[in-house]
Amino acid sequence: MRLNLFPLLVIAVVLFVVLNLSAGLIWVERRLLALWQDRYGPNRVGPFGLGQILADSIKLFTKEDWIPPFADKPVFILAPAIVVATSLISFAVVPFAPGFVIADLNIGILFLLAMSSLGVYSVVLAGWSSNNKYSLLGGIRAAAQMMSYEVFMGLSLLGSVILAGSFRLTDIVEAQRGLWFVVPQFLGFILFLIAGVAETRRLPFDLAEAESELIAGFHSEYSGMKFGMFFVGEYIGVILVSAAISLLFFGGWLGPVLPPALWFAVKTMFFICLFILLRAALPRPRFDQLMSWGWKVMLPLALVNLLVTGAVVLARR
Amino acid sequence: MASGLVLDQDLQQELGDTAAPQSVRDDIPTFWVSKDNIHEAIRLLYANIPNPYTMVHDLTAIDERGRVHREGQPPSDFTVVYHLYSFERNSYVRLKVALNEKQLSLPTITDICPAANWYEREVWDMFGIAFDGHPHLERILMPRTWSGHPLRKDHPARATEMGPFRLPDQKQDAEQQALQFQPEEWGMSRESEGFDFLFLNVGPQHPGTHGVLRIALQLDGEVIVDAVPDIGFHHRGAEKMGERQTWHTYIPYTDRVDYLGGVMNNLAYLTAVEKLAGITVPPRGQMIRVMMAELFRIISHLVWYGTFAQDLGQMSPVFYLFNDRERAFGIVEAICGARMHPNWFRIGGVAQDLPNGWDRLFRDFLQYLPPKLDEYDRTIMRNRIFKARTKGIGGCTIREAIEWGMTGPNLRACGLEWDFRKKQPYACYSQLDFDIPVGTSGDCYDRSVVHVEEMRQSLRIIQQCVDNMPGGPCNAEHPLATPPPKARTMHDIETLIHHFLGVSWGPVMPAGEAMAAIEGTKGNNGYYLISDGGIGSYRTRIRTPSFAHMQMLPQLCRGLMIPDLLAILGSLDYVLADIDR
Repeated sequence: MRLNLFPLLVIAVVLFVVLNLSAGLIWVERRLLALWQDRYGPNRVGPFGLGQILADSIKLFTKEDWIPPFADKPVFILAPAIVVATSLISFAVVPFAPGFVIADLNIGILFLLAMSSLGVYSVVLAGWSSNNKYSLLGGIRAAAQMMSYEVFMGLSLLGSVILAGSFRLTDIVEAQRGLWFVVPQFLGFILFLIAGVAETRRLPFDLAEAESELIAGFHSEYSGMKFGMFFVGEYIGVILVSAAISLLFFGGWLGPVLPPALWFAVKTMFFICLFILLRAALPRPRFDQLMSWGWKVMLPLALVNLLVTGAVVLARR
Repeated sequence: MASGLVLDQDLQQELGDTAAPQSVRDDIPTFWVSKDNIHEAIRLLYANIPNPYTMVHDLTAIDERGRVHREGQPPSDFTVVYHLYSFERNSYVRLKVALNEKQLSLPTITDICPAANWYEREVWDMFGIAFDGHPHLERILMPRTWSGHPLRKDHPARATEMGPFRLPDQKQDAEQQALQFQPEEWGMSRESEGFDFLFLNVGPQHPGTHGVLRIALQLDGEVIVDAVPDIGFHHRGAEKMGERQTWHTYIPYTDRVDYLGGVMNNLAYLTAVEKLAGITVPPRGQMIRVMMAELFRIISHLVWYGTFAQDLGQMSPVFYLFNDRERAFGIVEAICGARMHPNWFRIGGVAQDLPNGWDRLFRDFLQYLPPKLDEYDRTIMRNRIFKARTKGIGGCTIREAIEWGMTGPNLRACGLEWDFRKKQPYACYSQLDFDIPVGTSGDCYDRSVVHVEEMRQSLRIIQQCVDNMPGGPCNAEHPLATPPPKARTMHDIETLIHHFLGVSWGPVMPAGEAMAAIEGTKGNNGYYLISDGGIGSYRTRIRTPSFAHMQMLPQLCRGLMIPDLLAILGSLDYVLADIDR
């Protein structure tokens, strides 16, 4: 019995941490942005404005959940669920510490990529089912963006896979005992970081949302907790990509003195803050610029990175 | 009339004997041209004479039916007034056409100068004067279902004159029906060679339009085939209000025309009023005015800078720039007592002299802003995504810009070094040393460069004003200046009477007309005032730069994408109040 209970415990802990963290990130993001923008941010509810998280959740849960009469109802309801579900499922393969993982699949990275790719259905379907031209444009942009950024996202990871000789995430972390992969795979790291930002559709890659052009794009018509799910889904995505970066390039839980889980948390948090800083700093490129950049610059670079890594590993044998 | 006829023999010769000159108070050559000859006369001045008048500066009308003082002018019920401007001559010309109430139509000039399009529509909308041959003579500012023409003298000016508002179901249905979008009515086709266009309604509630502006977009995918701006949502009848306010009490209304420009609007209006009255402002008053106007140019440009970056998706700069603006407002508040709409200039001067310690406020600001501007250069102007989004987007040539009445920073971005502060110096600009920044291609990036550099030049001007502020009175000693001098009111009855009348009625301007145009924050801002010898204006015409710039929008954004449209809108630097008045 003890053996069967442990995964359930892990699942419970992971769900608890991830969901609360993503809710808490709303507060973190607002406070950090405020700090960088010379203003206060939410500081009224509770100590440091921390009660804002609770207040926001209550607000989202109790708001009228309105479905526009012109929307395609089943799809409209399904769409926000997909983004939360796929990003939560992805956490199944994420090792938080040695042995602390829900499912240590031997194709962990592929599973991760597959799940995060599924997430785009959420955006496209939401944009389509809303029956709103702005949402539709947002959905189409999202689809095109995903298509071009998925490709080199996968390729940029293969360098790490080659170095570790495994698709299993725990193996990849263990392979970094001597040296974090960010050093030999610096290009891969940069590529994956950019693709990761694009994957989570955050500035400067928030073209599907583009509030100054498409007025929130794909989720214009959403309200209440359905909107909340897109909101939370975005933050889960941010946590996931940050976790993936620290696992694949920064040695995951590896580190001196501190307990492994804490190391992992610190590294992940650093990248989460980097995401927020990017949002505070950068303007938004145009849709076609983004696409041509993805296909003409990032993809060739990812291929070169793969080729060189493979060649070096072969030569060393 | 005090001032005489402006005799321009060459112009008279060009226009022929049928054109009758008229005396005005602003030194702009003015001719009456008959309805039959106006088309030919415009064609002549616009294209067929040496150094032609290539810019349609303004086109408006006057309801003359209630006007008493029209000595030396041909009989007319409605007069259409054309202001043309020549860059080579650096001068305006004014043509007037007299119309009979029973035959309110004249030929359009849109076939000669396309920029007259919106102006003619506005005249039709406001006066009911038809332009024969106009391609799209529809209402432009008022809703389509409106009855009557607001700027006619018999149209009520106040809501209380119109009877209570009612909206029975029938009327509501009709109004809603009128709002249905029919691409054909906007001059757009629904389909092309086997595919349908996508029509996107941008605004009037949209974060990227900076106000209640509506644009109907005809899209092929995300590519803009055509864009038609729909304006008038911000129309408050500022010109009509001018007819029932006194000369003095109209000043606060001008604040709200370009609501980011504050006292800059006062300056444009008062320059025209002072031309009518023949008032010369003393040096100190002029210097104070220029100093405050330039501060408002900076304030307006700061808002533009931040919001433009935000339009391009950069979310932080707007906060920094609004903080800086807040500091500038601190100065405005200390000096004027108000912030955005200080209503602080007066006929013949300013509301009061500068407070003690004013120079320290300015000196602090002059120290504070330049390093900040350098920082923003690094975060905004040199950002590569910013450059990618703005370079080569929405550009136009100098020729196009002039043709469409583009002025101000947008015109200078095309490469034409043209600033009315230098070319037709008003106030004390001739004594001040500053440069005119110019761009080359007129695209969004060049517009940004010009805007940013203008802030630095404005700082230079303010620095000179602070260092060289002359002494003496800041208000003119003139019977028509406001507020009237009070010092001797308790000593003799004559001054008391004059003061009492000056305060209760306001000054009575001598009959006549004058136009004054200044380099406002966004371009050439002109007031064309007609006095009928009363305490208020008979007709107030406001020529705003944003109106002309918005008319250019379709040709700037055709063939580009939706994000480019937002970049162009942001870079054009307009405010809706300035478009609709």
